[in-house]
Amino acid sequence: MTIIGWVQIALVLGCALLLAVPVGQWLAALANGRLGALAGVDNAVLRAAGVDPARGQGWQAYLMAMLAFHAAGFVLLYAMLRLQGVLPLNPQGFDGIPPYLAFNTAVSFITNTNWQAYSGEAAMSHFSQMAGLAVQNFLSAASGIALAFAVIRAFAAGGVKQLGNFWADISRVTLWLLLPGAIIAGFLFIAMGVPQTLEASATATTLGGAEQVIPFGPVAFQLAIKHFGTNGGGFFGVNSLHPFEGPSALATSLQIILQVVIPFGLCLTFGRIVGDRRQGVALLAVMVGFVLVATLGIYAAEAGGNPLHIAAGVSPLQGNMEGKDLRFGQALAALFTATTTGASCGAVNAMIDSFTPLGGMVPLFLIQLGEVLPGGVGSGLYGILIFALLAVFVAGLMVGRTPEYLGKKVQAREVKLAMLAVLVLPAVILGLTATSLVLPVAIASLQDAGPHGLSEMLYAYTSAAGNNGSAFGGLTADTPWLNVTLAIAMVLGRFAFVIPVLAIAGSLAAKPRTPEGPGTLPTHGPLFIGLLAGVILILGGLQYLPSLALGPIAEHVSMIAGTTF
Amino acid sequence: MLRPLLSLLLGFTLLLGVAVPLGMTFVAGAVMPGQAGGSLIRRDGQVVGSALIGQNFSDDRFFQGRPSATSAAPYDATSSAASQLGPTSAALLTAVTERVAGGRDVPADAATASGSGLDPHISPENARAQVPRVATARSLPPARVLALVEQAVEGRELGLFGEPRVNVLRLNLALEVQSQAVAQGTPGGAAPVPR
Amino acid sequence: MQTSAPALFDSAIIRQASLDAVKKLNPARLIRNPVIFTTEIVSILVTLLAIRAAGAGEPYGFQLGVAAWLWMTVLFATFAEAVAEGRGKARAASLRASRGDTMARWVPNPDDLAIVAPRAAAELKRGDHVLVEAGEIIPSDGEVVQGIASVNESAVTGESAPVIREAGGDRSAVTGGTLVVSDRIVVRITAEAGGTFLDRMIAMVEGASRQKTPNEIALDILLAGMTIIFLIAVVTLVGFASYSGSAPSVVVLAALLVTLIPTTIGGLLSAIGIAGMDRLVRFNVLATSGRAVEAAGDVDVLLLDKTGTITFGNRQAAAFIAAPGVTEAEIAEAAVIASLADTTPEGRSILSFAKEKYGIDAPVMPAGARPVPFTAQTRISGMDMPDGAYRKGAVDSLAASLGQPVPTELAAGIDRIARTGATPLAVARDGRILGAIELKDIVKPGIRERFVELRRMGIRTVMVTGDNRLTAAAIAAEAGVDDFIAEAKPQDKLDYIRKQQNEGRLVAMAGDGTNDAPALAQADVGLAMQTGTQAAREAGNMVDLDSDPTKLIEVVAIGKQLLITRGALTTFSIANDVAKYFAILPAIFVTQYPGLAALNVMGLTSPQSAILSAVIFNALIIVALVPLALRGVGYASLGAAALLRRNLLIYGVGGLLAPFVGIKIIDIILTLIGVA
Repeated sequence: MTIIGWVQIALVLGCALLLAVPVGQWLAALANGRLGALAGVDNAVLRAAGVDPARGQGWQAYLMAMLAFHAAGFVLLYAMLRLQGVLPLNPQGFDGIPPYLAFNTAVSFITNTNWQAYSGEAAMSHFSQMAGLAVQNFLSAASGIALAFAVIRAFAAGGVKQLGNFWADISRVTLWLLLPGAIIAGFLFIAMGVPQTLEASATATTLGGAEQVIPFGPVAFQLAIKHFGTNGGGFFGVNSLHPFEGPSALATSLQIILQVVIPFGLCLTFGRIVGDRRQGVALLAVMVGFVLVATLGIYAAEAGGNPLHIAAGVSPLQGNMEGKDLRFGQALAALFTATTTGASCGAVNAMIDSFTPLGGMVPLFLIQLGEVLPGGVGSGLYGILIFALLAVFVAGLMVGRTPEYLGKKVQAREVKLAMLAVLVLPAVILGLTATSLVLPVAIASLQDAGPHGLSEMLYAYTSAAGNNGSAFGGLTADTPWLNVTLAIAMVLGRFAFVIPVLAIAGSLAAKPRTPEGPGTLPTHGPLFIGLLAGVILILGGLQYLPSLALGPIAEHVSMIAGTTF
Repeated sequence: MLRPLLSLLLGFTLLLGVAVPLGMTFVAGAVMPGQAGGSLIRRDGQVVGSALIGQNFSDDRFFQGRPSATSAAPYDATSSAASQLGPTSAALLTAVTERVAGGRDVPADAATASGSGLDPHISPENARAQVPRVATARSLPPARVLALVEQAVEGRELGLFGEPRVNVLRLNLALEVQSQAVAQGTPGGAAPVPR
Repeated sequence: MQTSAPALFDSAIIRQASLDAVKKLNPARLIRNPVIFTTEIVSILVTLLAIRAAGAGEPYGFQLGVAAWLWMTVLFATFAEAVAEGRGKARAASLRASRGDTMARWVPNPDDLAIVAPRAAAELKRGDHVLVEAGEIIPSDGEVVQGIASVNESAVTGESAPVIREAGGDRSAVTGGTLVVSDRIVVRITAEAGGTFLDRMIAMVEGASRQKTPNEIALDILLAGMTIIFLIAVVTLVGFASYSGSAPSVVVLAALLVTLIPTTIGGLLSAIGIAGMDRLVRFNVLATSGRAVEAAGDVDVLLLDKTGTITFGNRQAAAFIAAPGVTEAEIAEAAVIASLADTTPEGRSILSFAKEKYGIDAPVMPAGARPVPFTAQTRISGMDMPDGAYRKGAVDSLAASLGQPVPTELAAGIDRIARTGATPLAVARDGRILGAIELKDIVKPGIRERFVELRRMGIRTVMVTGDNRLTAAAIAAEAGVDDFIAEAKPQDKLDYIRKQQNEGRLVAMAGDGTNDAPALAQADVGLAMQTGTQAAREAGNMVDLDSDPTKLIEVVAIGKQLLITRGALTTFSIANDVAKYFAILPAIFVTQYPGLAALNVMGLTSPQSAILSAVIFNALIIVALVPLALRGVGYASLGAAALLRRNLLIYGVGGLLAPFVGIKIIDIILTLIGVA
């Protein structure tokens, strides 16, 4: 680790935090429907779509609208991928995507996971990328933010049934936040060297006299929303490591900022709407704290290098460079990895599979903790609020009062639903990984033997269930077993989690808001921040220790002992 | 519910999936054609590569990029890929040991495969380490080749971000110009490394 | 009834509890407690495996050891519950003795007491009338409709001085099982057989009718959820281990599971609840449900009657004001002599105040002294002494009788006294007004500090009084309450409670009169006085057998303590898991990955001793914490944040560290005795 490395980390995170303030403010305006000069256009759009924003939906109606919207999105995307061969804008002449892969990919993009069992430049036409995948990048992100709006409103309101209007929320978030953000960022990326063209490729005659076919396409716009909406599905196979998708350290820095600014900003939105900004800052502090610790962990492990390689004669100066490109440096690779796994983005600017064991364990564990640090757009906020409810519950007991969070009493119903939500991830991750680890058909997909192979499998289901999308890329993911089971993990991780969350929102919205008194446990101070962090670690993390012991930790001790597999 | 669902889904598909990207492509092509078109480098009107995409240089006369794990052949830009080998992989250790070839303190970027398989850069140390070989192969004075390398070293972006590095394609282009100049007897100093 | 607690581990209770603990192993009963139920299922499984191993001639010592300690874990949990119940049962037994099988004298027609018929108490119905005479036990709860009697209620309250019960008014309620000691009364029965106050009380202290409280249910769900999470973690470990080339035995996985699931809090949860109720009962407060106790911990606003709760309720001397040219000592001495023959509490208070403030001892009444008694006509009393005539009385009456005006300077002082709600009494000697005594309702000593304490706990105190605003404000300021309701009518109390509740606050109040009943019913915590009317007792959800309204404050503390004990032990239980991982995980996998021995930070002797130590610690910690569960964790009236910090430090950090030490010690012992 170097000082200049930490300066880079501090500057990039600092920019993200600064930018989160206006973004949070604007999100609050969107949630409250205060659109200022845009109100006229907005109304016209909604009217044309047959939406009356004033007509609120109860939690079930909101949920049904969301589920129906994504079901339809799935059908549309699946059809596009299957029919790719006959659809326009296919200069590469790619065939339709095979059924299992199309199923997996469609599920992956509607759930904001963006797990990719394909390599973009070798499989997807421009039309599939633009009109299929990129559109779902917007819509799945908008849907997450809409859900967060619904949950925030439940905390802010008292004695109401309605959580807002899903259609109005998703439309406003898309039109007035994601789209303008993606356009601005898209042009910045182009200026940095990211292609935006309808050409399929250029053919170069190299200095050595060989031919090199260089594929590109409409990358920049898709790249922008990929990060801004914490989607993570790359245009190219190696994602943001590809020189066209991550042309420079500045481009990678901008990507880091983009992928955390909405999750960070939503905390502040939360504080604003519930009428106590400190509440939002507290959640933000937990997120930033974890990001920093994770960055430290990855940076330290990767900058230290691989002792096996150092023993073989490699200079330790650059650290572990396998699977990394030179231009980003270890510091930005560490920060990028911590934020992309913390934020449920899943884009990568370094290959996590080739990280040192502990360097790879950090992103794995960060996803396992529930994708709330800071989590995906929207999903991070409602996820951390679930942990906050449980933290408040335990803390409330410890100070001798029926626990309440922001004046909402946390009772059996909320605890039950919160535990249901918290159960989803371990059940899916551990259940499917353990099953796959005893199935020869699944084990055949592993590239590495030994504990690292276990990590590859564990990471895949963790990433899918956490709707992250990054991978230990050695895994051959395009098999029927993995395509189907990972799709199931993605669906459960997204929707099985959201159902109890919305039910909690419905239940909280109906409760009156108790005024805060001196006996009320403050939920904004350092004490609560620490408690929340502890609850996330214990409820979100403790159950994974055995699997981590057999994966990364076993690999680490083996590596120290000089063992290879 | 059907009307909002269909109008939003289809409307947004048209807007976000067709109209905006096409518009953006058009504007970008007009304003920043170089970047939007893949940052291609032309020599004598012919595309010799992209400034951002590494190429396979196996000849001793060229500076060589990092090991590439793209599948068909190294630096196959049609399928970017990393080795994805884990830290305790025996195969990786074998490959690394081979690349180190008994050396000591070999720069890590020379011994390990890049993440994209298309990394256009090598570290300055790596480039310097290749100077004797290239100079011998081209029968150029090592000092002159080294001067080219030093000239090709790009500092951190904005003096702060990323790492100091050398673009291999650009360095090799400069090297070609230099060799030609020597061959034509015009010792007119080092040609500038194209930016 | 004993008001002292039975010793924490009374040997008779322990014996009974040990038996009950075994009876409670019945899985059909244990299923109410998911954590311990899971432990029991696992214990059965491991036992069967040990038996199978023994049958097959394989080594079975380790399996048997684990099985035994898993059973101990379950037993310790049921034992904790049994001990808590046992303490209640001891009390219930003494209550039951006083209920007995009473024969009542049934009066078919209350207007004609001549016709009576014997009828067993158990057969009495609501609305029946019975005649009870001196020496008889009142057969059931009811209301006196005729007559007046003194009743010994010690069977219920523990207070042996008889109390007056009479028809009409606020003292008409009688309790079944209490003894009439004089006169006779006709009682209308108000409770069905088996539903009397005494029955409820027995059920309550026995814990038989104990329903889980809302917070307990929520906590149960949390614990059940964690049990499922760890069940998933342990079951899936089979797959992870199989890939890694090791196959941990079922016994080892069982040990891991049981040590990870929150058995500590799971085992102590119901004991904590029962003990909380027991603490309340020991405090002579009877709650109709655990829910009420929990609500007490949540109270935001405390509604307190001024008279009897905040003040003593009778006027006492508080100051002497001297007329011009008179010293305070002079007026004090005159007041003492004028009051020598005054036996009213007010008169006594003048003597004690003078002694306390001026060191004046009441002189022995000399021969020839003649008391002048108080009459309603003169409103003056006093003493004719050899050295002069001392008088005290209402200011205007005394002035009129002496035929002289009150000195101007004194009049100002007297006015001031009247304005603050106190009563001035003029004192004269030989026809000259020397000054005045201030008689006022005294705020109980220490009550102000209690209110400060409540404020720190986040509870607002509101004083309710019939006094006018001015008087109320003065007393409110003196007592340090946060708010007051002056000139309060019963409806005002009800309205105030509703208003607070609509704003989302929980309200507690104490009351005894029939007209308090609606407010008691409306309040979240309504503490009725045992001496109050039947209506009040039924409207409230708690009854104070000592009839001391200040107990509301203690009730709040007990409610909080109950929740805190649960929260603290939950935190402790969960924090324990970290150390257990460090003990068991390396033990399971060290053969596969020798490097994992680095995780054995405790340096445990062998894999087997490590696993056994963790299981033993897990079982023993339940027993070790039983006293804490029964006593409740220490409660200090700190703010929420300070309290949380303290408890997190003790039970969170403590819970993290304690098992490292405990497991290590057990491992050392196991190694020493050669088990490992």
